[in-house]
Amino acid sequence: MRWRLLKDYLARHMVAVGGLGVIIAIILIFVYLVFVVIPIFYGATIEKVAEYPVPASGGDTLYLAMEEQSEIAIRVTDAGRAQFLSTETGRIIDTVELPLPADTTVTALGAAEPNSGILALGLSNGEVLLFKHKYRVSFPKDKRLITPVIEYPLGEKTVRLDPAQSEVHELAVQINEEQAVIIGTMAHSDSPANHDERIMMTVLVKEESMLDDEPRWVEELNVPFVHPQSNVDFILLDKEMRNLFLASKNGELSYYDVSDKSDPYQVQHLSVLGSNKQLVSLEFLTGDISLLIGDSSGTISQWFPVQDKQGRLGLKRIRSFDSFSQPVNRISSEYNRKGFLAVDESGRFGIFHSTAHNTILTEKITDSAFQHMVVSPRANAVLLQDSDRLYFYRIDNEHPEVSWSSLWGKVWYESYPEPDYIWQSSSASNDFEPKLSLVPISFGTLKAAFYAMLFAVPLSIMGAMFTAQFMTSSMRQVVKPSIEIMEALPTVILGFLAGLWLAPYIEANLPGLFSLLLIMPIGVLIAAYSYHRLPDSIRYFIPEGWEAALLIPVVSFLGYASFALSPVLEQQFFGGNMPGWLRNELGISYDQRNSLVVGLAMGFAVIPTIFSIAEDALFAVPKHLVNGSLALGATQWQTMVHVVLLTASPGIFSAVMIGLGRAVGETMIVLMATGNTPVMDFSFFEGMRTLSANIAVEMPESEVDSTHYRVLFLAALVLFGFTFIFNTAAEIVRQRLRKRYSSL
Amino acid sequence: MTDISKWFKSGQPWIWLNAAAVSTSLIMVFGLVVLIATRGLGFFWPADVMKADYQITSESSVFLIGEIVETEDIAIQRVRDGGYEIDSNDEFIQRHLIKTGNRDIYGSDFQLVFKPLLTNVQFPEEIIAIERREWGNFYGYLKSVKKKGEIIAEGEEAKNVLPDLIDRVSDIFAELRVIQQQDIGAINYSMEKLRLKKRRLELDNDQDPGKKAKIASQRETLDQKYSVLQKKMTDLQEQIQRDSIVVEAMNGEQLEVSLQNIVHAYYPNSMSVLGKTGFYFAKIWEFVSDEPREANTEGGIFPAIFGTVMMVMLMAVLVTPFGVVAAVYLREYAKQGPIVRVIRIAVNNLAGVPSIVYGVFGLGFFVYFLGGNIDALFFPEAAPAPVFGTPGILWSSLTLALLTLPVVIVATEEGLSRIPSSIREGSLALGATKAETLWRTILPMASPAMMTGLILAVARAAGEVAPLMLVGVVKLAPSLPLDGNFPFLHMERKFMHLGFHIYDVGFQSPNVEAARPLVYATSLLLIVVIVLLNLLAITIRNRLRERYKALES
Repeated sequence: MRWRLLKDYLARHMVAVGGLGVIIAIILIFVYLVFVVIPIFYGATIEKVAEYPVPASGGDTLYLAMEEQSEIAIRVTDAGRAQFLSTETGRIIDTVELPLPADTTVTALGAAEPNSGILALGLSNGEVLLFKHKYRVSFPKDKRLITPVIEYPLGEKTVRLDPAQSEVHELAVQINEEQAVIIGTMAHSDSPANHDERIMMTVLVKEESMLDDEPRWVEELNVPFVHPQSNVDFILLDKEMRNLFLASKNGELSYYDVSDKSDPYQVQHLSVLGSNKQLVSLEFLTGDISLLIGDSSGTISQWFPVQDKQGRLGLKRIRSFDSFSQPVNRISSEYNRKGFLAVDESGRFGIFHSTAHNTILTEKITDSAFQHMVVSPRANAVLLQDSDRLYFYRIDNEHPEVSWSSLWGKVWYESYPEPDYIWQSSSASNDFEPKLSLVPISFGTLKAAFYAMLFAVPLSIMGAMFTAQFMTSSMRQVVKPSIEIMEALPTVILGFLAGLWLAPYIEANLPGLFSLLLIMPIGVLIAAYSYHRLPDSIRYFIPEGWEAALLIPVVSFLGYASFALSPVLEQQFFGGNMPGWLRNELGISYDQRNSLVVGLAMGFAVIPTIFSIAEDALFAVPKHLVNGSLALGATQWQTMVHVVLLTASPGIFSAVMIGLGRAVGETMIVLMATGNTPVMDFSFFEGMRTLSANIAVEMPESEVDSTHYRVLFLAALVLFGFTFIFNTAAEIVRQRLRKRYSSL
Repeated sequence: MTDISKWFKSGQPWIWLNAAAVSTSLIMVFGLVVLIATRGLGFFWPADVMKADYQITSESSVFLIGEIVETEDIAIQRVRDGGYEIDSNDEFIQRHLIKTGNRDIYGSDFQLVFKPLLTNVQFPEEIIAIERREWGNFYGYLKSVKKKGEIIAEGEEAKNVLPDLIDRVSDIFAELRVIQQQDIGAINYSMEKLRLKKRRLELDNDQDPGKKAKIASQRETLDQKYSVLQKKMTDLQEQIQRDSIVVEAMNGEQLEVSLQNIVHAYYPNSMSVLGKTGFYFAKIWEFVSDEPREANTEGGIFPAIFGTVMMVMLMAVLVTPFGVVAAVYLREYAKQGPIVRVIRIAVNNLAGVPSIVYGVFGLGFFVYFLGGNIDALFFPEAAPAPVFGTPGILWSSLTLALLTLPVVIVATEEGLSRIPSSIREGSLALGATKAETLWRTILPMASPAMMTGLILAVARAAGEVAPLMLVGVVKLAPSLPLDGNFPFLHMERKFMHLGFHIYDVGFQSPNVEAARPLVYATSLLLIVVIVLLNLLAITIRNRLRERYKALES
């Protein structure tokens, strides 16, 4: 007895644990999805690692940079030295004396695109020295060792910029495999007191000779650059060496097209600041398309060239960040993302992301103003310098590119004419910025579901009405299961048929499909009326309730006739090719795999769901209501519409909701029957990309824990949300209905 | 006129329209099945091969050999727009899609031809159709048979000696396959295990020379075995390459085909209906029992069937106990209150969650999180190659088990709720404990309901593709998840699946046109399996209802 009781006790607890465990596991799905998604909405954190004085030797800092692992920083000084420091301790690892010509001093520094590590020193004699900082990684004894090196891409010789040998004030440089462009400003040689400046440009090209191993760089151009406007305080040249931006402190900005170096022309000259403001900092965002302008009022604005309706390029102010109230001293763009860091005069530090229009973090970290700041290549550390000290911070900022506005709002991306909703998660090019707007794919999901419902709802509810109320029970016993079995058909088969059979068939027989909409009801009514006019003796031979069976040959014939008529119609009205006619005459583009095909295939998939639930609801309407109505003289149809349909309407609503939930989540059909292009167009004849298909296509390729991965999880969560709303609505309505029936 | 308006007033037309909706649905369901069945089953029939002259322009014509696959009517205007000159007064002409085979010669398997341009259509008996392991089918004429490069038979005689030679080659081929896949596969598998063992020793810093020596000696024996097998294989390969045939294609080009590349060679035009029927069933058998060839576009689908069945069985093993326990808890043990009601709504709701969401969960939680941790804990030696940290059959069946859990819970609960409480009370009154009541009376009575739930779950899982694309299915698995190497069941392996096969061959294959009939056949197989499972579930459900009707009275 004791043993039996123990067993009972054990069973009770094991079942409880098991049962609750299963239910918890199910809830875990939702929790886990949220858990993966949440980090994209986290802000950034910074943590101070070290603070140390600027090395006393070697002169003042002109430039700072860090290598990939942010273990070593380079400090270039006005004494012509490159010092390599350990970022965590400030210890000098190595110092390189740059080979300046005798009797010259460093007067300017220009940096090429940061990934290249190329820097240029402008000298007091109008010459320029190019060098490159590089880091070799080796693994002696399985430990990482980083060795800094300085290289001279053009050789150790300086390059002539100003033949008149005045000192260089500002400098911009870019270099690629074929050419190097150096642009600098200097005082007028005739009157050094004149505040206006001259601009010189030197272009070098690489010549590879058969004899020499080392390529030679030869001066191709060394010309004055004509710039009619006043003095120049900032020069920016993009890495493609096509666009040049010159700006002065008072906010005058000139935009030059220098694709043809011998004939540059001014695209635009504009004032980018309001009155009383000074331009304090000007940087490229990575990719060198956007300009970031920091002004004396603390505003950072992003500008990039946009083509207007006439096709002319012009700089446009895209968005701005107003977190600072003091002049924006320094801006430092991340290497690989469209984010940037900034510091203001008062020692406030901020992390921003341009396209997400996201101010991720602002924090006051000192009282003195920073003079230099540089972000590490992986954007996980920052090195700052105020008047005499260096500060090294670690940054944790995994997903800056996602914000509510970038997911659900229109975003103005670089090189686009206007703000738009775009989903484009990857591309072939390296410089690519992922565009993760969930709007087009959510739209696609709802569009596909809408067209599916357009086809499925009338057919299934009408079918359910007939099956539940008018059909004889012997036929109902066959019809109901056969339509329900349809529900179990794998959707991959429907998708395959839709994509490879239906889509080409519809393209070839488009008029047939539309004529079917007209021919079918009219044909059925004519057939019904003829049947009605048949002598009673024949009509009574077949009992009532078999109409659907009688109509099978009629419907088959009408369907066949419509499609047989299709080529004739096409020949008559559409010049033999209706898709082509749509394209040419109406300007409607026609994709072979379009919404029409998806609507038909997915409608087919949801018909059984809706049919089955709606039929149950209609069938469950108490018979005494029906009989009462009929007894009061209402016709069968009046009873149907005014009594049965009305009573069962909540059930029908819940059937439609569940069908909608299924259509929204369906993957294989949309994957196979649409072109999967994320367009925002409601057209019948174009495809779409849905949340589910998008996940199926992109999930296997996305890197674990990357932003893309998490956004795909968010897409899954959104999908979950859609279906949750529809299913819960259905469930609540169904429970109400149950109550109502029990009271009848 | 009044009659019509009276008829409309009576509401009869609307009822007829409703009836038409039912008819349309029925026509669509059966039409779909018929469409797939005809296209899928027709593929295996050895159709007659036509020979004709095709008049492309008024001067030039080519000689055409091939099977007519499809015929459609096309407006003559479209044809003329396309630049063809056709002399006909009809508004529409017929266009044939002809399977000409011989992809190695013409570059594609199919050709579209207009019927009016075909002249001199014949079905000569001596046309041979050859199914090859590479380059698809060949249609043409058999010229001679060669043995070691020497012609041994020509003409009619060649036709007679060929079947025996093909049989011989098929036998050798089967033998080779056994060696390659089973024997050498086993050796490779053991070798890999030894490599991992050795790596493990290194990782554990185990300096025991005895263990190392043991591994080395085991390796030695494996190497020896391997070289023996390799020699045998080389011999067989030499033998299989011995014979070849010379055939002539429709453009007159002569081609030598080694017999090892030939699966079947037959004369479709000279076969009797009976012969064709036999051939037809042999082909169907081959389809379900053979491995795929040519990037899945030819051959059989056995690994896909095997993978599907295996995954579904694993899933059934996982889902049944959990689903039943959860249902028993909800119905028999939990206090019926608002919480249980909420749980029930949640479970119902989960049945409607899109399958791809489960796939995403499976990939993130099972594959990357669980699998990644299992690898780090138990298989450090395999790093950086993942063992369980990559999609595989275990994760697929777990994901589908979660997906089908609501189905099983709902069905089992339904069964439990139908059992009259008098039975429970009777058992308890006789002194049985609750556990005994449950085990001895309730569960056996509810077993048909559980079966129904399970069958519905299996039917759903068998047709589900979207989540599997994320958690374990591949287009071509090198080995089955079940084989002769210890521990026999390889849960970490990827597998092939019928549904994914349809998607992959239909949409990702380079030669969709040639593969299409195969996709129809695969679809048909999948539909048949799923419809049968559903019918079974419905039958069991009806039986069950009968049984309780008897109980209640």
